[in-house]
Amino acid sequence: MSQTNGREFWPGNELIAEAAIRAGCTFFAGYPITPSSEIAAHLALRLPQIGGTFIQMEDEIAAMGAVIGASLAGAKALTATSGPGLSLKQENIGFAMMAEVPCVIIDVQRGGPSTGLPTAPAQSDIMQARWGTHGDHSVIALTPTWPHEVYVETVRAFHLAELYRTPVYVMVDEIIAHTTESFRIPTDEECGIIKPRSEYPEARVNSWRPFCDYFQGKHLHITGLAHTKEGYPTTNPAIVHKSIEHLVYKIVDAQPQIERNFEFMLDDAEIAVITFGSPGRASREAVLRAREMGIKAGIFRPITFWPFPVQTIRDLVDRVKAVVVPELNLGMLALQVEKSAMRREVLIHRVNEVGGIAIEPDRVLATIEEAQRGI
Amino acid sequence: MGFDYSPWLRPEMMPNIWCPGCGVGIIVKSFIRAVEGCGWNRDDTALVSGIGCTSRAPGYVDMNTLHTTHGRALTFATGIKLVAPDKNVAVISGDGDAAAIGGNHLIHSCRRNIDITLVIVNNGIYGMTGGQYSPTSPSETRAATSPYGNLDQAFDLCNLSIAAGATYVARGHVANAVFLERLIKNGLQHKGFAVIEVMANCHTQYGRRNRHPDPAELIQFIGSRAVPAAAWAKLSVEERSDKFPVGVLHKDTVKPEYTAAYRQIQERAMERARQTAEKHAEKEKSKPVTQA
Repeated sequence: MSQTNGREFWPGNELIAEAAIRAGCTFFAGYPITPSSEIAAHLALRLPQIGGTFIQMEDEIAAMGAVIGASLAGAKALTATSGPGLSLKQENIGFAMMAEVPCVIIDVQRGGPSTGLPTAPAQSDIMQARWGTHGDHSVIALTPTWPHEVYVETVRAFHLAELYRTPVYVMVDEIIAHTTESFRIPTDEECGIIKPRSEYPEARVNSWRPFCDYFQGKHLHITGLAHTKEGYPTTNPAIVHKSIEHLVYKIVDAQPQIERNFEFMLDDAEIAVITFGSPGRASREAVLRAREMGIKAGIFRPITFWPFPVQTIRDLVDRVKAVVVPELNLGMLALQVEKSAMRREVLIHRVNEVGGIAIEPDRVLATIEEAQRGI
Repeated sequence: MGFDYSPWLRPEMMPNIWCPGCGVGIIVKSFIRAVEGCGWNRDDTALVSGIGCTSRAPGYVDMNTLHTTHGRALTFATGIKLVAPDKNVAVISGDGDAAAIGGNHLIHSCRRNIDITLVIVNNGIYGMTGGQYSPTSPSETRAATSPYGNLDQAFDLCNLSIAAGATYVARGHVANAVFLERLIKNGLQHKGFAVIEVMANCHTQYGRRNRHPDPAELIQFIGSRAVPAAAWAKLSVEERSDKFPVGVLHKDTVKPEYTAAYRQIQERAMERARQTAEKHAEKEKSKPVTQA
């Protein structure tokens, strides 16, 4: 990291690591995987300096287990991984969902399936984050684009995890993780709420199980089994049904507070570019050039990807004549947009790339022009 | 008067799920007596488990308890211990849980020598899922998934743990609960990774298929095969077949314990960070003030 004139140059992964420390993270457990490894390396250096703990575990599942244990013992805990690692972690992520253990998972996405493209960008895990583990539950996943946003959203992830007693994903891709850019460290105000674990009493109502950490004198039993409000296993259908509804609706009901979107030149737009993560950069350039050509285009970018801004996109689709969806997969966001648009007759133009390269502004612009010709 | 278990148990969780005559109950009682023997406070003690019959034990014991995912108990326990190194962390696990799906975590916990005590209840079978063979089922064991006899060779969990670097390794059995209590207590008091393997009975799934359907008879049979470690050393290879050594099989007090070693790293890192910050502040002070 280097400093000049109040602005700093950090690679994305180090920026994420520093944001986690700012948020009060004192524990990291991980397993090396490209392109997320620098997060672990940076925290191995930094965490002991603040009395925190870093551990490199024997596998991805172990790393996720250690994060949950650390959180239960009172720490704000973090892990970082990429697609194949995220697949392995799913088992314990499901446990964290069920037992309502706050923690943050950074997923630096790469190309898949399987080992795929380890050193190239993709956005292929967005559905894995939503549907990876078995059973019904809600998910909070944040998909920031620019360094300032990545920093702020990483801090917010820790806040949301505490508030809603749940694992929270921050999902970037290899481009964001490995690009070193000039940015200004956000102020306390921009970062939002940073509080210690003990100062989230409102999280009590978001907890189905007893709201307490270990070693606080309460002798909690915490289990991945369906459990009563006392935390003990149960197979009572009415209680189990209610507890699973709780897992789902505590997030669904809070969507207005969790939802955060980025909008750019949308006020008079006839074409909405709906995108997320790093393709948001190419889209910005493309929209500016389209405007120069007299095409009324704008950008809508969900920063909170899950829960998905269904109603917001439905309203947006009502206002525009065509939609362009650039993404580094073959249509995961487009599918969500289609679902959100329901029966509304809007043209969805896709821009997809799964070859491990970025989507260039030219491709987005060409698709915007094509959309313009169609309306 | 006998030992009063009631302050250590959760009456709201009773009755337990174990079959009548199951060896896990004997082991849990030994564990409770051992914890009390250490003078430990329930507030400061965490008991972690994975999945399986044995792994239901934490639900019945009144302390900080955690029932995790299959095979992963040691990873959760590692996270707890790293954040709370001055607290007591123990894990109770079955043989399938600890040695099959959790085998990787077992060897790496041994290697790390983190101050956690692991009690492995080895009954040589998967009980909860219906009697499938486990990594500790003796060859030719009849199980739900080995109707023609088990082809695999069994793990010796104590030898495995010693080789992987555990610094306290002991073996006990359900036929001698007092002896078992002592082994567990020593393990709990040991600073480092302690493994206590307990040879246990599952008459319902193992015994029923392997000519030991009666729990008392199976417990006696297990006890009859146990040989104190000192006597074991004098046995010939032939005499050792179908027997197993019990007692403390390995103890190392030299190898550094993980959380204590990490504490030193933290102190070094904090000191270095402080020095760097001081140097930086001095440099800033000596910088000439430039006019805009």
